[in-house]
Parts: sequence; C-alpha cells; structure tokens
Amino acid sequence: MDKRTKINEILNEIAGKAISPADDESLFDSGLLDSFALADLVSAIEKAFDCKIPDADLNPRKFDSIERIEAYLEDHGK
Amino acid sequence: MPFLREFGSYLPERIVSNAEIGAHVGCDAEWIKNVSGIDQRRFAADDESVADLALRAAQSCLEKAKLSASALGMILIASGSTERQFPGPAATVAHRLGLDSTPAIDVPLASAGTLFAMSLASRLCDSLGEILVIGAEKMSSVVLRQPMERGVAILFGDGAGACLVSPSEGKARVLGSALHSDGAFAEDLRLPFDRPLEMNGRSVILQATRKVPRAISELLEKHGRKAADVGTFLMHQANQNLIDRIALALEVPADRFYSNIARYGNTSSASMLIAAAEWAEAGWPTGQPVCFAAFGAGFHWGALPAQVEA
Repeated sequence: MDKRTKINEILNEIAGKAISPADDESLFDSGLLDSFALADLVSAIEKAFDCKIPDADLNPRKFDSIERIEAYLEDHGK
Repeated sequence: MPFLREFGSYLPERIVSNAEIGAHVGCDAEWIKNVSGIDQRRFAADDESVADLALRAAQSCLEKAKLSASALGMILIASGSTERQFPGPAATVAHRLGLDSTPAIDVPLASAGTLFAMSLASRLCDSLGEILVIGAEKMSSVVLRQPMERGVAILFGDGAGACLVSPSEGKARVLGSALHSDGAFAEDLRLPFDRPLEMNGRSVILQATRKVPRAISELLEKHGRKAADVGTFLMHQANQNLIDRIALALEVPADRFYSNIARYGNTSSASMLIAAAEWAEAGWPTGQPVCFAAFGAGFHWGALPAQVEA
C-alpha cells in the first residue's frame, strides 16, 4: 500500500466516515477534522508508519494536509 | 514532609452565559458548549482586581484551616492577568492580610502557575513553615479586549483558588512533583501588552495531550503508583474535551477527572484550586492518591500527586 493511500485510510478512520480531501487541502481549516482529532491523527501516523514523532516536531502545520504529512514522513525516511 | 492542609476559593457573583458571550463574538451557545464543555463563566465586577479575588480565596482557605495569616511563612500568587507589570498582587494581598514582612512572591505563569507554586511551596515549607498558594485571574479584562477572537473569548472566566501547604500537618501528603518548561512553543499561547490573548489552539491541544499524561505517568511510576491507582485527578480546567483526551491517554475513566469547567469556564491559574476546594468541600476521600496536573503558556506543565491520609 502506498503512503498516500495509507494516510487516507488513517484520515477516514479518524473522521469516522469516508472523506476525500484534496492532497493540499487543510484538514482542519476545512472542518474535515476538529482540532482534537489532531492528536489522534499524530498517534495513528506513528502507529501506521512505525515511527516516534518527537514533541519538537509536533507543529500542527506539519500535519495539516495529506501532502504535508507525506512530506514529513519522507523527510524522516518513512 | 509537605502536606496539603486546606483549600479555599472565590468566584465573582456575575454569571455570564454562553448566549451573552456568544453575542459578543458571533457564535451560538450550543457551539460554545460543543467545543469547550462550558455552559457559563463568572466575570468580576469592573472595580474588582486580581488582588481582590486572591484575598477572598486566601481568607476562605485560612478560615477553613483555622489559621491566622500571621502564621504564614510565605505567600505565592500565580496570575497571568494582573492589572499592571509590577508590583503584582502578592504584596498587596499580604498587606491586606495584615502582614508587613512576610515574603510574598508573584508567579506570573498563567495556567500552570499554581501547580508550579504548589511544587515550590512543598519544597520550601520545611524551612519557611506554612505557605499559602493562590491562583487568581481576572481573565475577563483580557478576553474582552478588542479585537475579540471567538476561540479565545468563549473560554475564560474569573475566579481565585487557594491552597495551604504545611510542613507538618494536613489531609494529604505530597508524594512529589514534576515541573517542565519548553520555550519552543512560547509564541503559541501568549498575552501581549494591550492586545487580546493569542492562542494557537491546535498546538496547545497537541502538546498538552502528549506532555501531561507523560508527566503524570512518569511521576506516579517514580512513586510506585500508576494512573489507575489515582482516585481523583484535579487538573487545570482548560477545556472539557482536552481533559477527556488526557483521561483517555492515561486509560482511566473520564469521571476520575474532577470537572467544573461547565460552570466556571477556564479560570487559568485559579481553576485547579477552585476545583480542589470544591472536591475537598465534598469530603476528602481517603486511601487513594489525588493527582494535580496543569499545562499552560510557556509551555509549562507538570504534576503533583498527594496521598490522602486516612
């Protein structure tokens, strides 16, 4: 499964329904996810990609869209 | 060995409903309830100062403890909403309690300030004696500044809480405390001069839901306990959704977290001790530890567990 598909699966799970945001669409400003889902999203990414995201990297902007999440993972060798 | 001897609180009379605050910022009462868990908050009168609120909480605490202010070895007052840069309310409160040389120190840390002050008091009381810790906030003077931002204005209320920390007697024995600060996020929650409070809510939520459970778990483990052993968590009342997330992260039922945010909103540094005063008023359940925790601007965060004595 490619990275983008995996991220989409996570987003659907966190949202609790089928969502299909554009790759560059803000997940939070668009209202697809609420602010409290951000913590769940980060935890789900850690689990799905077997990585530990340090607190210093927990900038909401880094996880605000599919392409930003993908870029973060790529920058960290995932 | 430090003890928590008594708590006190003061809430201003005026109740401000979600409908009233919502009308200022263009949102409805139900939306406020959904995003914060808040039904109403208290606002102090125009002529009530942070020191006025602090004094009332101090008097309530000392009265319950049946202790004269003259027996205090120190006063610590946390507040992020004082009316002037200096002097802060500590010296004024000490004076109004009739003290003319007792050290009175301001701790301008906002939400986590009271926890930091309690931790400092528990470490200093062996040499200084009884220490009165107060958290007092007039957040209405901050959130009503223009331009009002709805994500901020709806959250906050006014009030004060107090805790007497004793070196020799009390109903709960302090087991330890952990304090942490990370200035990398200092810009994400800040109060500039003459402008409203500015908050990156997502950053606060993200950091708090990670850092607070970790601080609690690590500290409890150090003292041979785990989160499930704690009878009541008395946490800074920031947002009901945030409190629920932290309960979830610690894998304890949400009802172990004392909550009064629906009635008072987020009273910043005052909230944890207002909650503690209400919890204590209902009786101090013995046998299980109680755990204080807070997170706020800085970011500063930490925890302080105490064993309620039988």
